[in-house]
Amino acid sequence: MKEWNFDAVIIGGGVTGCAIARELSRYEMHAALIEREEDVCSGTSKANSAIVHAGHDAVPGSVKARFNVEGNCMMGELAEDLDFEFDRNGSLILCFAEEDRPALQELYDKGVKNGVPDLKIITGDEARAMEPNVSDAVVAALYAPTGGIVCPFGLTIALAENACDNGVEFIFNEEVKKVVKTEKGYDLETADGVVHTTYVINAAGVYADEIHNMVSERKLHITPRKGDYCLLDKEAGNHVRHTIFQLPGKLGKGILVTPTIHGNLLTGPTAKNIEDKEATATTAEELAEIMEKGSVSVKNVPFRQVITSFSGLRAHEDGDDFIVGEAEDAPGFFDAAGIESPGLTSAPAIGVYLAKKVAEKAGAKKKAEWNGKRKGFVRPEKLSKEERAALIKERPEYGTIICRCEGVSEGEIVDAINRTLGAVSLDGIKRRVRQGMGRCQAGFCTPRTMEILARERGMEMEDICKNAPGSNMLTGQK
Amino acid sequence: METRELICIGCPLGCPLTVRIDGENVEVSGNTCKRGDDYARKEVLSPTRIVTSSVHVKNGELEMVSVKTKEDIPKGKIFEIMEEIRKTTVNAPVAIGDVVIENCAGTGIPVIATKNVAAV
Amino acid sequence: MAKHDIVIIGGGPAGLAAAVAARKAGIQDILILERDGCLGGILNQCIHNGFGLHTFKEELTGPEYAARYIEMAEAEKIPYKLNTMVIDINKDKEVTVINKEDGLTTIQAKAIILAMGCRERPRGALNIPGYRPAGIYSAGTAQRLMNIEGFSVGREVVILGSGDIGLIMARRMTLEGAKVKVVAELMPYSGGLKRNIVQCLDDYGIPLKLSHTVVNIEGKERVTGITIAQVGPDRKPIPGTEEHYSCDTLLLSVGLIPENELSRSIGIDMSRITSGPEVNDQLETSAEGVFACGNVLHVHDLVDYVSEEATLAGTNAAEYVKSGEEKGNTHVVELKAENGVRYTVPQTLDINNMQEKVTVRFRVADVYKDRYISVYYDGVQISKKKKKVLAPGEMEQVILKKDSFGEYPDLKNIVICTEVE
Repeated sequence: MKEWNFDAVIIGGGVTGCAIARELSRYEMHAALIEREEDVCSGTSKANSAIVHAGHDAVPGSVKARFNVEGNCMMGELAEDLDFEFDRNGSLILCFAEEDRPALQELYDKGVKNGVPDLKIITGDEARAMEPNVSDAVVAALYAPTGGIVCPFGLTIALAENACDNGVEFIFNEEVKKVVKTEKGYDLETADGVVHTTYVINAAGVYADEIHNMVSERKLHITPRKGDYCLLDKEAGNHVRHTIFQLPGKLGKGILVTPTIHGNLLTGPTAKNIEDKEATATTAEELAEIMEKGSVSVKNVPFRQVITSFSGLRAHEDGDDFIVGEAEDAPGFFDAAGIESPGLTSAPAIGVYLAKKVAEKAGAKKKAEWNGKRKGFVRPEKLSKEERAALIKERPEYGTIICRCEGVSEGEIVDAINRTLGAVSLDGIKRRVRQGMGRCQAGFCTPRTMEILARERGMEMEDICKNAPGSNMLTGQK
Repeated sequence: METRELICIGCPLGCPLTVRIDGENVEVSGNTCKRGDDYARKEVLSPTRIVTSSVHVKNGELEMVSVKTKEDIPKGKIFEIMEEIRKTTVNAPVAIGDVVIENCAGTGIPVIATKNVAAV
Repeated sequence: MAKHDIVIIGGGPAGLAAAVAARKAGIQDILILERDGCLGGILNQCIHNGFGLHTFKEELTGPEYAARYIEMAEAEKIPYKLNTMVIDINKDKEVTVINKEDGLTTIQAKAIILAMGCRERPRGALNIPGYRPAGIYSAGTAQRLMNIEGFSVGREVVILGSGDIGLIMARRMTLEGAKVKVVAELMPYSGGLKRNIVQCLDDYGIPLKLSHTVVNIEGKERVTGITIAQVGPDRKPIPGTEEHYSCDTLLLSVGLIPENELSRSIGIDMSRITSGPEVNDQLETSAEGVFACGNVLHVHDLVDYVSEEATLAGTNAAEYVKSGEEKGNTHVVELKAENGVRYTVPQTLDINNMQEKVTVRFRVADVYKDRYISVYYDGVQISKKKKKVLAPGEMEQVILKKDSFGEYPDLKNIVICTEVE
C-alpha cells in the first residue's frame, strides 16, 4: 500500500485541475494533483473546441459568466508567461433568419451585461466581407473581437509544468475510488494506496459529481454531453480565419467552424446526452451531422480533407452552471464541478479563485520565491533560417525530422519526454509537440517515435503505450 | 473428371484459367501465354511457393535481416518452414545470398538472406 | 551556397534509378537526398517476393531489388545524404535541407527530380467512427514494425482495404503467427493485384468481403473488436448487415497518396486525380527543370515501372542540364483521358521534341470486361487493343510513336479511352 500526506490535493489533471495547481503553487502549502490517467490533459481537456470564448453566452450573473469573462481577460498575459499558443482571432455568431434577430440582440445584451468588450452586431454582408466563405443565408452576425483560439494541450501542460516546477507533486495512474472524511481532513483511497490531505479540490470532470457526492449531502448530477468533431488538413486551415458559431440553441452552441491555433480547420461539436462516462466513441450519425450542420454556416467546407475525428464529453451539471467553491456541508472540500464549456476559457480564473479560497482557509501565505514563468518548447518552424541552423549546431537532434507532416524533430520529441512532467506515452508526445498530428496521422513517425521514447525512458518497446496502461502498441517480439 | 478455376499469378494480367483434370491428363484453357499453362499444371499437381520472412541479427547494424527460400517449396510445408525461420538468429555480417538455414524443413532447399547487414 | 547540377529528392527506387540514368547520360554532379537512414525507400520493408520480373527477368524480394539499384548507384559513385529532410523548394530551384551534420542549409540545383514517393491514407480520411485505441495501424506502419524492427503488432487482425499492402500484410501476419479474420473492401472489386489475392488470401483461407466497410471500432485502451457492414451502391453501410469480429488489431490499407507537399511549395500544377504533378512527355512538371517520377507522380503497383519511369526522368533531367532551356519549336498536345480512363501520365506531349516512343500510363475507373483501349488523334482512331479484363488496381499503358504523328501536323488533342466492341 502506498501512502501520501499533503495539505491539499487536487483530483483531476484536466485544464481546471492544472490551473488550480498552478495557482495553489503560489502558496506555502504541500500540494499535489492526482490523476487517473498517465498524463495531464487526458479527458475533456484534450477533446474540445479549443476556443477561448468571449463570454456572451452565459446567463448574466452566473458563475459561468464571471469566470468566462475573467478567464478570457487573463489568457493573453498567461500565454506570454507560460509560453503556449494563443490567438485572439475573434468570433462571429451567425444569424440566419430575420425572425432570429431578437435572439442575436439578446446575445449581444447578455454579452454587454457580462462585461464582454467591443461586441458589435454586423450585417450579413459585413460578415461575408470579413469571412468570404460565410453562408449567403446569413442576415446578421455578432462580432466578438475578444474571442480566441488556444492549444488546449499547450495550455493545460503549461499550467501543469509550471505548477510542478513550483513544487506541486503530480501522481499519475491513480484513480480516486473513495473519499473519506477524517479528523485531519480527507482520505482519498485509490486501488493501491491512500492519500491523506487536509483540503480536497474536486476537479474530476465528468466524475466530479461522484467525488462530490461521497462527502456531501447536497447531491450533484453530471450528465456527460458527448461532442464529436472533425479535424481537417492544414490545407483547409484558411477556409475561415475567425471562429464561426451559429446562434445558440437548446443543446449548446451549435456546430462551429474554426481554424485551430496550429492552422487546421475544426468543425463540431455535436451534443448528445449519454449515460456512460467513458463513451468517447464517435458515431457515424454524429459525424454526418457535423458535415451537414457545419455546411449551414460556411460554404464549401472541404470535408474530403478530414484527417481525424474525435469525441469529447462535456460535464453538464443539472443546475446548468459551474459549481465553484467550498461544499457547504463538507468543510475543506472544494468543488470545481460541472465545468463544461466555457471551461477551457474559465480555468485560469477558476484556478485563481479556488487557490485563494483554499489558501485563506489554510491560512497559507504566499511563497517568497515563486516563478510564474515557464519556457515552452523550442519550435524550430517559428525560427529564422539562421536561428534554426544555430540551434541544430548546438543541439544536432533538432536536425533530424521524425514527423514529416508537422516537421517535428527528434530534439522536440526528446524535449517532450525529458522536461518537467515529460511524456510517458505516444499521445503525451503528440500533445506536447504535435508529432503524428498531421495528415498522415503518425503513419511514418510511429516506429521512430517509439524508439526514441524507449531509448529516453529506458523502456522496452513492448511496454510503450499509446496512452493509458493497457494501450500497448505492440504484442511482443516477432 | 475434375474442373478447377484458377487465376494465373504468373504476371499482373491475372488470366482466369480453367483446368480439367482427368487422372494424369491435365488440360488448361483461358491462359494467354505458356506461363499460364505451366502455372495451372503445377498448381493442381504440386503447388509451390516462395516463403519470405525476416530473422533477428546479432551484432548487426540492423535488428532484422530479410530472408527467403532460395527456390519455391511445396505449399504444404509453409508453416513448418516458418517454424524453423522463427527459431533462427544469425550473426552479422550477412550478405544477400548467404545461407541462413540449410535444407529447410527437409525440403532440401536453403533459406537465404535477401539483404546485406553489416556488423557493428 | 552549395551547387549541384541535379538534386534528387528521395533515395527510394525512383530516386536511385533516376540518379543512375542521369549519370549514364553524362551528368557528374548529382546529389540524392534521403530522409530515412538508408537508401532503398519502402522496398526495404517489402520483404516479399515478386519484384523485378520486368527489369531483371527474375523474381526478387524488395530488399534485393533495392540492393541492385543501390549497387548501381554506388558503382557510379553517386553522392547521397541520409537522414536528410528537404523542407522547402522554391521556383529558383533552391532546395532547403535539414540534417544533423550540416544543420539547415540551402542547395542551388540546376535541375530537381522529385522522387518522394507516397504515404498511406489514415483512418481519419475515411472518418471511421468508434473509439481511438491502440492497435489501429496503417498497413505500411505495421509492416515496418514487423519486418524491419522485428515486433509483433497484433494477434487477431481485421484488415480494411484490399490494396496490395493490405493483402501482403494479411499473409505476413498469418505467417508470423497472427490470425487474420477478414479483409473488408469498400469497393465491389479489390484494389490489389490478382496474384496477391491468390497467394496472400486464398492460400490461407482468409475471407475477402467485397462491398464491406468498418462501421465501428471498439476498445478503450487497445482494440477489442471491429464491426463491419455491407455497403450499398452508394458505398454507405446497409443497416442490418453488421458483423462483429473480436480482434486486437485493425490494419488499414485504404489507399496511397503521392507526397507532394514540396511540389506544392513551388507552386507546381497538380493533377486532382493522381494527386501528383502534371508532367509533359519529358516527365517535367510545370516548373521548368523540375522533373517527377515514381509514386510521387502517380501511385504505381509495380516497382519495375517506377524504375523505368525514373530512368526517363533522370535522362531528361540530364539533357535539360546539358542543353538548358532550348527546345526549338514545340508542338504541345494535350492527352485526354475519357470514357473509363481516369487520367494519363504524362498529361501533355510535345510531338516535335518527343522521343521515338513515349509510354503513356493510366488507370481505369472501374472493372471492365472485354473492352478495347483506343487512341484517337483529333477524333481519328489510331489504335485499339482488346483487353479481357481492366481493373483500377492494375496500371495500363499505351505506347505512342513519334512517326505516328507525321500525318497530323496540326494535331490538337490525343484521346485515350476505353470502348465496348
